[in-house]
Amino acid sequence: MFKIIKKENLAPNIFLMDVEAPRIAKYALPGQFLIVRVDEEGERIPLTICDYDSEKGIVQIVFQVIGGDTYRMSHLEVGDSFADMVGPLGKPSDLTELPIEELKKMKICFIAGGVGTAPVYCQLKWLKNQGVDVDCIQGARTKDIIILEKEMSEVSNLHICTDDGSYGIAGNVCVALQKLWDEGQRFDRVIAIGPMIMMKFVCQLTKQLGVETIVSMNPIMVDGTGMCGACRLMVGGKVKFACVDGPEFDGHEVDFAQAMQRMKLYATEEGRLYLKAKEGDTHHGGCGNCAN
Amino acid sequence: MDMMKKVPVREQDPLVRAGNFEEVCLGYNKEEAEKEALRCLNCKNPKCVQGCPVNIDIPGFITKVKESDVKGAYDVISLSSSLPAICGRVCPQETQCEGKCVRGIKGEPVSIGKLERYVADTAREMGIKPQQAEKKNGHKVAVIGSGPAGLTCAGDLAKLGYDVTIFEALHKAGGVLVYGIPEFRLPKDAVVEKEIENVKHLGVKIETDCVVGKSATIDDLMKNEGFEAVFIGSGAGLPKFMGIPGEQAMGVFSANEYLTRSNLMKAFSDSSRTPIMKAKKAVIVGGGNVAMDAARTALRLGAETHIVYRRSEEELPARREEVHHAKEEGIIFNLLTNPVEIHADENGWVKGITCLRMELGEPDASGRRRPVEIPGSEFYIECDAVIMSLGTSPNPLISSTTKGLEANRRGCIVADEEKGQTSKEGVFAGGDAVTGAATVILAMGAGKAAARGIDEYLSAK
Repeated sequence: MFKIIKKENLAPNIFLMDVEAPRIAKYALPGQFLIVRVDEEGERIPLTICDYDSEKGIVQIVFQVIGGDTYRMSHLEVGDSFADMVGPLGKPSDLTELPIEELKKMKICFIAGGVGTAPVYCQLKWLKNQGVDVDCIQGARTKDIIILEKEMSEVSNLHICTDDGSYGIAGNVCVALQKLWDEGQRFDRVIAIGPMIMMKFVCQLTKQLGVETIVSMNPIMVDGTGMCGACRLMVGGKVKFACVDGPEFDGHEVDFAQAMQRMKLYATEEGRLYLKAKEGDTHHGGCGNCAN
Repeated sequence: MDMMKKVPVREQDPLVRAGNFEEVCLGYNKEEAEKEALRCLNCKNPKCVQGCPVNIDIPGFITKVKESDVKGAYDVISLSSSLPAICGRVCPQETQCEGKCVRGIKGEPVSIGKLERYVADTAREMGIKPQQAEKKNGHKVAVIGSGPAGLTCAGDLAKLGYDVTIFEALHKAGGVLVYGIPEFRLPKDAVVEKEIENVKHLGVKIETDCVVGKSATIDDLMKNEGFEAVFIGSGAGLPKFMGIPGEQAMGVFSANEYLTRSNLMKAFSDSSRTPIMKAKKAVIVGGGNVAMDAARTALRLGAETHIVYRRSEEELPARREEVHHAKEEGIIFNLLTNPVEIHADENGWVKGITCLRMELGEPDASGRRRPVEIPGSEFYIECDAVIMSLGTSPNPLISSTTKGLEANRRGCIVADEEKGQTSKEGVFAGGDAVTGAATVILAMGAGKAAARGIDEYLSAK
């Protein structure tokens, strides 16, 4: 079970994998996530589902190496297996519940940042299959780390932007959205998936523009099934659990300052564990690299 | 020997165990167990059996202990319970079997829990396994959740010859026995895993990583995977928070998260990859068994630990033994105290908690005297972690994805007590998913009742 049948290195430290997981593939819908454990001692890592083939029983994940276990995951090869993979978890995007006719009338703009591009692809592809045309702004710091450009352009009107201006529109996703707006484009809904800081700024802009905005939150999680409460966040002044109430929420209601602060909870430990995994036996904790 | 008193059980020294995760209670040896067994009066009308939610023939197994017949004693217990090594450790005996013991009227009751544990542990060491069904009957039953309710239901059905598969959401079987109850109270590898192996030995299959309601639905299991009946033992749900200011600060955890990190993910061990906050001074809010478990875990991870509970000692819902052990280990009890605000430093980390003193007023709906705030009694406790242990509200994953399954207004699945039958044909339920957070043994009792219900239902079909 959970055998890797395809692996691609999309950009430095960003990997794509197709994995056999028939139960997840059968029920997955855009917006949902899964939890993976690399081996018997592994952490439970939540990842948004980026594609699925329910007939073949395959799901696709995209991840960035940021800690010890994602580093270990990046060393798995085709033919290797994950210890565990469970899902689909969380609620599907509410787009999947709207009548197709209504969707076709909507002007939707997706905003994808970094590895958040993968879950956006899942939604774009689903909409394309329903015959719905949408716009998508895909942002990255620089040209080299843009992922899935070809796939994204096949399923949306793609607008690429880079912070350093090395490709596409020069500037971040907010600059790009403002540019489209100034050119006269209007949207009924923005769906932003990416780093929390990006989603926060997108929400500030869309609030000014008066556009309803959905974000996909990725807080710290443990079980992912509504048991531990680690992933709680404040939405509209109420405690919500990203794993069962989300992961998608009304971005204008999310308390980003708090959510971003909570992400730092284990930041130091994560960094230390990453260095430990990377340096292996040569890691002895004496050099001070892992102390902060 | 003083027949009025229990044979004392050996325990790790409180000061030593406060710094480790080894089991606190060391249990009886043969000599101690047989001596304690002699105290049983073998009553004609044994009240203890009535006090047991699964009605173990207690005088029956104790008689076998007297006769040094551990296998015989194990067989007697096995007729009623699939998890004796666990029950002997975590049941609230003082309000059940031992609470009814005739010996307890004038002296101390027979130490039934410790004797059950002795029998189960010794049987395991001797390699004694539960009796398998003689013949399979070919009927497939799905059990959702591998906690105490699910394991019991599955074990009982397997003994009757059913082909049982348990679906477990986590990567490891055992439910609350694995993620909730700490190692020092219930050893995972030595006890829980062995009891689960016994259930598997009966023929039960366990599929981990399957969240019913998400990875498969009940209708799907019944229509497409050939299961003729389903038992829902999915356990308690989402942790409750108080709704006071500061609860989102870093260093505020639910007891479920804190315990899951330590127990399931083994974060207490240096070799674990899952981090856990090692607090300097921790405040645990609540007075149940889960609160005691969280407090004693924080203590072992190096914290000065305080329990904050709004009622008095008498109302503490935890087992007496847990409260006693917690005190011995140096946990400070701030009773009749209720938190009103958590304070964070400029970086967002918890730095303290403001509480109010309470007094007991008139009895409330639960029959316990209602705690009432004393105005102007605010005081401040400095701390760097706050662990909320306030109970749970039901998880909606199954009730929201199963057509025709009735839940009450609290969100608990509605099932009849005698047989666990729900509003949906062929679907039975029991344990915390039905009652809200309760005990291991009550969940086992419900699993047992549902096994009877399922057997009757499928036999009549």
